[in-house]
Amino acid sequence: MTVLDVEDLRVDIRTPTGRLPIVRGVSFTLARGTTLGLVGESGSGKSMTALAIMRLLPQAADVSGAIRLHGEDLLQADETRMCRIRGDRIAMVFQEPMTALNPLHRIGDQIAETLVLHRDMARRAALDEAARLLDRVGIREAQARLSAYPHQLSGGQRQRVMIAMALACRPDVLIADEPTSALDVTVQAQVIDLLRSLVDEFGMALILISHDLGVIGRLADRVMVMYGGAIMEQGSTKAVFTTRAHPYTQGLFAALPGRGARKGRRLAAIPGTVPAPDALPAGCPFYGRCPRGQDVCRDNPPPVVEIGGSRAACFFPGP
Amino acid sequence: MPAPPLVSVENLVRRYPLPAAPFGRRRHVAAVDGVNLTIAPGRSLGIVGESGSGKSTLARLVMALERPDAGTVRFRGTDLFALPPDELRRMRRGFQMVFQDPYGSLDPRQRVERIVAEPLDVAEPQLTRRERADRVAEMLAAVGLSADAATRYPHEFSGGQRQRIALARALITAPDLIVADEPVSALDVSVQAQVLNLLMDLQETRGVTYLFISHNLAVVEHVADDVAVMYRGRIVEQGPAAELFSAPAHPYTRALVEAVPDLSSFDGAGSHPPATDADADVEADSESGCPFAPRCPRARAVCRSERPRLREIAPGRAAACHFPGE
Ligand SMILES: Nc1ncnc2c1ncn2[C@@H]1O[C@H](COP(=O)(O)OP(=O)(O)OP(=O)(O)O)[C@@H](O)[C@H]1O
Ligand SMILES: Nc1ncnc2c1ncn2[C@@H]1O[C@H](COP(=O)(O)OP(=O)(O)O)[C@@H](O)[C@H]1O
Ligand code: SF4
Ligand code: SF4
Ligand SMILES: [Mg+2]
Ligand SMILES: [Mg+2]
Repeated sequence: MTVLDVEDLRVDIRTPTGRLPIVRGVSFTLARGTTLGLVGESGSGKSMTALAIMRLLPQAADVSGAIRLHGEDLLQADETRMCRIRGDRIAMVFQEPMTALNPLHRIGDQIAETLVLHRDMARRAALDEAARLLDRVGIREAQARLSAYPHQLSGGQRQRVMIAMALACRPDVLIADEPTSALDVTVQAQVIDLLRSLVDEFGMALILISHDLGVIGRLADRVMVMYGGAIMEQGSTKAVFTTRAHPYTQGLFAALPGRGARKGRRLAAIPGTVPAPDALPAGCPFYGRCPRGQDVCRDNPPPVVEIGGSRAACFFPGP
Repeated sequence: MPAPPLVSVENLVRRYPLPAAPFGRRRHVAAVDGVNLTIAPGRSLGIVGESGSGKSTLARLVMALERPDAGTVRFRGTDLFALPPDELRRMRRGFQMVFQDPYGSLDPRQRVERIVAEPLDVAEPQLTRRERADRVAEMLAAVGLSADAATRYPHEFSGGQRQRIALARALITAPDLIVADEPVSALDVSVQAQVLNLLMDLQETRGVTYLFISHNLAVVEHVADDVAVMYRGRIVEQGPAAELFSAPAHPYTRALVEAVPDLSSFDGAGSHPPATDADADVEADSESGCPFAPRCPRARAVCRSERPRLREIAPGRAAACHFPGE
């Protein structure tokens, strides 16, 4: 059953010098109880796609397309309606926990507030539930730590507080933007287990944004590789990870530090950097950094080709 | 004879109070609980361990940004916490820190030139403006940023570029030691590769010594000569990186190593690491017995009654376990 249906999503940012195309025609659907992984370098438009779905883009952004949650187009919803939906039906774990947590309030109160607001819980019950949630995300001494301020927690603990907050209302769709990047492998494993159980047991749909291909590999049913605000490759995780049809996907995998490496071995970074949105070529966004790029790629939008169950937007795809 | 250590840490302890329960006695978290370590000049020591295990606290203590409750940190033989403030300030040019967060660690209101030059205010206040500008330009080039970066503000840069700025700032006093707390965790894989390559280049060309904290074992394997594994404020295993990762002696190290996904053998379902209960170091833990016992597949009766000390298990290797390497 489709929970979320995003169609030709476009985001432009108005600047004094012109419009910057940030998200350029992203379409996907998300079924109940499944996980979509979103990967790509920083600046490729992952967070902006997520913020567009949450309707939390900066003032200067223009959005078009459709974002249907259970059939209701969120782009048509007014702010009152969005406030009801956000945190309740659709929630987000933000990339930078310190900006999303209020440094002046105790973490217990911050979690409880969501429950009081959306679930009509009494404060006492909400605090009990907050302690249960903290426990669930692996924070020991959860009861005592309800009264901690964010700065009294380690980076990884703050991240888990954010996750507890987002899960408070059991949303239908959870968008997690780099939720485990600050966590060590064992806590990562625990958070992954938690997210997975919410997907499996409660049918939550998850959009997982991460540059960690290992985390995506463990959790995602489908993967979307983004670059320059557009989808480079999309398919089942297995197909994308094993076929690696798009040169950009191949570049991401090649840059990973492998296990068992000798100290000092150089890593294969993708040459160059992500271009600014107004400096993208007319054709394929990856042109200029792509080892296979030809003139045709610079001037024409690449076709979407299916290879090994994966769909790649490229003139010369293939492993 | 081996060179004398650049850094040596002895019996270091740092406790933080837990938020008080209404009627309970005040309890503490021992974030760093009796840590000993040394780093030889030009080497890299990697610190790994779960969230809340005390890695960042250890880093702040080594940087003398915070005072320990007990123990010493020596830099080139000098006890940092025995120094008068002005001498400590002068000493600081020898060790600099790079943080995880490429957003928060740079002052957004300052131009890059000012940010990068700031450590010179204390270290070399006698420099002329011209000399300072030259040093900044030299550092920006060393970390692969163009010279015009100097006049721009941090928000105009991407995450990876900001981490380069932070490195340029850390390097400008030509420190012998750089303490890097999760320097690449916030970066995507391609930028991570660039920054790691840069760190390794700087070690080759300038002989920098690193205390390198990361939760990513593959990253540590690339940069570290030696590794210390922390668990609830203590070092539970220590040794040369290659040996420690290929044949972990402590069950906790082993759990860490096994939790790392192997992408080369991706099977669609995803490998599933053992879930462990996370987090750190609350004092209420019984003082007797091994702190890892509740999670340890090897635990036996003695593990619950006697706390294992960190001891040598092979030349250059140590583990705090009654049954190492089984
Ligand atoms: N407000 C801005 N003014 C000018 N340039 C900007 C601004 N924001 C971003 N950029 C430019 O856009 C590019 C992408 O950088 P940006 O830091 O925004 O990426 P990002 O997606 O936020 O990466 P990360 O998630 O790692 O921070 C960079 O070249 C940067 O210089
Ligand atoms: N407020 C903003 N104003 C202008 N450009 C922005 C703003 N926020 C993000 N961008 C740009 O949008 C692009 C995509 O950013 P983002 O979605 O954050 O990437 P990701 O999450 O994939 O790292 C980047 O080029 C970034 O510079
Ligand atoms: S279309 Fe051309 S430039 Fe783009 S990824 Fe494919 S080969 Fe490379
Ligand atoms: S001492 Fe015992 S419980 Fe502790 S790690 Fe070793 S085997 Fe496990
Ligand atoms: Mg982002
Ligand atoms: Mg830390």
